[in-house]
Amino acid sequence: MDGFPILSLMLLVPLVAGVACLFADARLARNLALAATLVDFALGILLWASFDIGGAQWQFVERAPLFAGFQWALGIDGIALMLIMLSVFLMPICILASASIEKRVGEYMAAFLLMEVLMIGVFAAQDLFLFYIFFEAGLIPMYLIIGIWGGQDRIYASYKFFLYTLLGSVLMLIAMLWMVNEAGTTDIPTLMAYDFDPRAQTWLWLAFFASFAVKMPMWPVHTWLPDAHVQAPTAGSVILAGVLLKMGGYGFIRFSLPMFPEASAQFAWLVFALSMIAVVVTSLIALVQHDMKKLIAYSSVAHMAIVTVGLFAFNVQGLEGSMIVMLSHGLVSGALFLCVGVIYDRLHTREIDRYGGLSINMPYYALFFLLFTMASIGLPGTSGFVGEFLSLAGIYQVSSWVALVCTTGIILGAAYMLYLYRRVAFGDQKNADAAAMPDISVREWLMLAPIAAAVLWMGVYPESFLAPMRKDIAALDARVARAAPLGDARLKLSEPTKNAGHAQDEHAAHGEAH
Amino acid sequence: MDFTASLALIAPEILLSVSGLVLLLAGAWMGDGASRLVSYAAVAVLAVCAFMVAPALCAGAMGPDTVAFGGQFRADAFASFAKLLIYAAGGAALLVAPAFFERHGAMRAEYPVLVLFAVLGMGLMVSAGDLLTLYIGLELNSLSAYVLAAFLRTDERSAEAGLKYFVLGALASGILLFGMSLTYGFTGTTTFEGIRTALSGGLSTGALFGVIFMLAGLAFKIAAVPFHMWTPDVYEGAPTPVTTFFATAPKVAAVGLTMRVAMDAFGTQESAWQQVIIFAALASIVVGALGAIGQVNIKRLLAYSSINNVGFILIGLAAATQAGASAMLVYLSIYVAMSVGGFVAVLMLKDADGEAVEAIADIAGLSRTQPLLALCLAAVMFGLAGIPPLFGFWGKFVVFQAAVQADMIALAAIGIAASVIGAFYYLKIVKIMYFDEPANKVHGKSDWIHWALLIVSAVFISPLGYLLTRWLGSLADKAAAALLFAA
Repeated sequence: MDGFPILSLMLLVPLVAGVACLFADARLARNLALAATLVDFALGILLWASFDIGGAQWQFVERAPLFAGFQWALGIDGIALMLIMLSVFLMPICILASASIEKRVGEYMAAFLLMEVLMIGVFAAQDLFLFYIFFEAGLIPMYLIIGIWGGQDRIYASYKFFLYTLLGSVLMLIAMLWMVNEAGTTDIPTLMAYDFDPRAQTWLWLAFFASFAVKMPMWPVHTWLPDAHVQAPTAGSVILAGVLLKMGGYGFIRFSLPMFPEASAQFAWLVFALSMIAVVVTSLIALVQHDMKKLIAYSSVAHMAIVTVGLFAFNVQGLEGSMIVMLSHGLVSGALFLCVGVIYDRLHTREIDRYGGLSINMPYYALFFLLFTMASIGLPGTSGFVGEFLSLAGIYQVSSWVALVCTTGIILGAAYMLYLYRRVAFGDQKNADAAAMPDISVREWLMLAPIAAAVLWMGVYPESFLAPMRKDIAALDARVARAAPLGDARLKLSEPTKNAGHAQDEHAAHGEAH
Repeated sequence: MDFTASLALIAPEILLSVSGLVLLLAGAWMGDGASRLVSYAAVAVLAVCAFMVAPALCAGAMGPDTVAFGGQFRADAFASFAKLLIYAAGGAALLVAPAFFERHGAMRAEYPVLVLFAVLGMGLMVSAGDLLTLYIGLELNSLSAYVLAAFLRTDERSAEAGLKYFVLGALASGILLFGMSLTYGFTGTTTFEGIRTALSGGLSTGALFGVIFMLAGLAFKIAAVPFHMWTPDVYEGAPTPVTTFFATAPKVAAVGLTMRVAMDAFGTQESAWQQVIIFAALASIVVGALGAIGQVNIKRLLAYSSINNVGFILIGLAAATQAGASAMLVYLSIYVAMSVGGFVAVLMLKDADGEAVEAIADIAGLSRTQPLLALCLAAVMFGLAGIPPLFGFWGKFVVFQAAVQADMIALAAIGIAASVIGAFYYLKIVKIMYFDEPANKVHGKSDWIHWALLIVSAVFISPLGYLLTRWLGSLADKAAAALLFAA
């Protein structure tokens, strides 16, 4: 694989197909898009297979000095590899899920393929400005996807999505310009090892935070998400929840933490506070939703809050847990949106009350929906459990209180998800039209079964997913160790002594004061 | 420097004036029937001139060899860069015009001749090394421009635009002249070099007034806030090919002239004009963005957009560094391409009878009736908004980079945050073209020249443009170096 520009090829395939889709008729565009995304998925598998676990930190590195001021520099570590895999895995499923799209199919497919290019580009970019270009460019296709193929309030949602995320990002650009001016390089790996003045870090961190917090999204700047999700077509929601939200988390893990460790430690409590509020508040909001998509959108905000607390726990468990939550949430929330899409295509409503007793007439559908519901709650054996457990274990070392509050998110998560499932799948078949819906078709099997398999795989044997990232996360942990805040738990691996309990109390008191 | 060398340096200007006169005679003898031919001849003249000035840019010409007539005129790399942009914009304005004016039965041979004289004036402006050259160039350009604005004599709006432009332009010239006379009075010289030397010791209050008045006059010409009021009316009223011209070439010339005046003549007194420029930059960005939101006419909207863009260009000037000057030139190049693309697209919006469609509501659903046109216009809009991966982003990127390098973080942060306001109305156009139901107003077929110009500018502002960044950047660096060397 040496020297073969596989990452550029993965960017090129959907790009070419996307341009071709603009000129193709509906049927051809569908097939073309499916073929291109499958080719990219195959390339992704090849990428994973030839990724040398435990080898060099940055692999498949490509560099071409094509531009003034920045480079065409690509390369991935384990973290980026996993997120790229998530993107290329979800894309063919999104194309399959778009069968109900009938207007302007060529443009629709082109927008999705362009989206895929940009997502892979974000995760593979090794140049600060190249990253920014990919990161921002995603706004255009997503704006069009929501605005053209969305539901009732699509216009409002598309504006909100665009302007919110743009405002967040432009400040990051200024911070990037300053960093490059200071460090004299645009190379991300070099910048990750560069020590910025802690006083400057504060401002830089805030500027990056403005962008990533909106993308993530964190409370209170999450309000674009429910609107965008509800109005986007099914596949748009899948991509939004599955991959785009991960850009925020990826940003924290790639930029905020390694480049500004001191500022990250300084603001960890801000992140914790916002995340705690998010977990509780958005879970409660999710509990009272009547719209299925809105419910899942709010649950996404709550899950992303678990990601942020894990990231700012400054330890290996927290970081690994956050990565697994991101991957798991990408699969599970994507699958849940697909489940909503399946019944939306039949009845054209997302109103929870219009359904009921679907397990009677749609048993296979009910089975898949149950699996993803459980995975969203974090039942052991599913991917959700692994990630949430690790994140909370990580945060527990820093603060028992934060861990306590965030754990309520799991309980509330169980409440709103089970409540949703009960209303949709169990109970009486109170609506005749809902009772007459046929069970899932072969196409829908093809969409849901692979995700179900991946969810179970990640739940039963997460090592496959953790192994490529382990070394990168250890390196990140070592990088931020110097700034790691003192936790209140102070777990030790030594033998328990007589006054262990007393000592821990002291530490706890110290940790609170700190 | 002997006389022959000076004449050699102004060869493009001589060629422009002679061919302008010859074409005027040709038009007079052959009548308006030959106006298309005269237009193409004028384009050919501009192309020849472009070849004549290009070597100076590529060689990065600067220093005493580029100074003609005892410091009156400078043919350095900076002037060449600006002239190339001006020639390109002038050529575009000539190419799109015949199809437009012929439908109104108003195509006359004066049009290409006036454009040539305006271009000549602009060439003098960017080459000025003396207040007198500056003023002659400026007036030659302005007088041609006033006539061009009123070129559709039968159209009330056009006549009104011409009159407004004339009155306000004359006022601006007066202010500029007043500033020049103060500057002359307090420095005792009209050459930029002399002014620079005279001011290097310090700035007296009188000279400060001179600086401020000159900048105010120039702000009129580049349509920077608070001297922008004429822009929407003139842009809307003037015939669209003329608006294409106004939005591009004179902008380049006036910005180039402002750069010369600020960084060369007043180059030692940066602190005196920097605050003025910072204010004008931020005010232009904000007013341009807010003013555009309520517009229903697409030409007016683009006028506010040009005010907005001038604000971004001025951020490069506020940095007052070589990087800032280079960034301004890069921005100008991209801006010219975006403006040409935008106005040519507007020219191509025609209803079934071939009448121009200018109301924004009438282009609803354009993406379904004219997908390629809508795509190009959307690219222009996203480019003007500065959203990557379009090339418009690069212009903003370099000016903000220059500001950050000059340690003006607050200016950069405020400016870029205000650019989000601007994004709103660009998005509105895209929304109307792509999200709304078709209004089915735009039907007309367009000339192949329009298509060719539109495609060329669309390709330039597409992500492919980034491949040009190294080349464009090195040329702009040479030009900026020449500007500061003279200083």
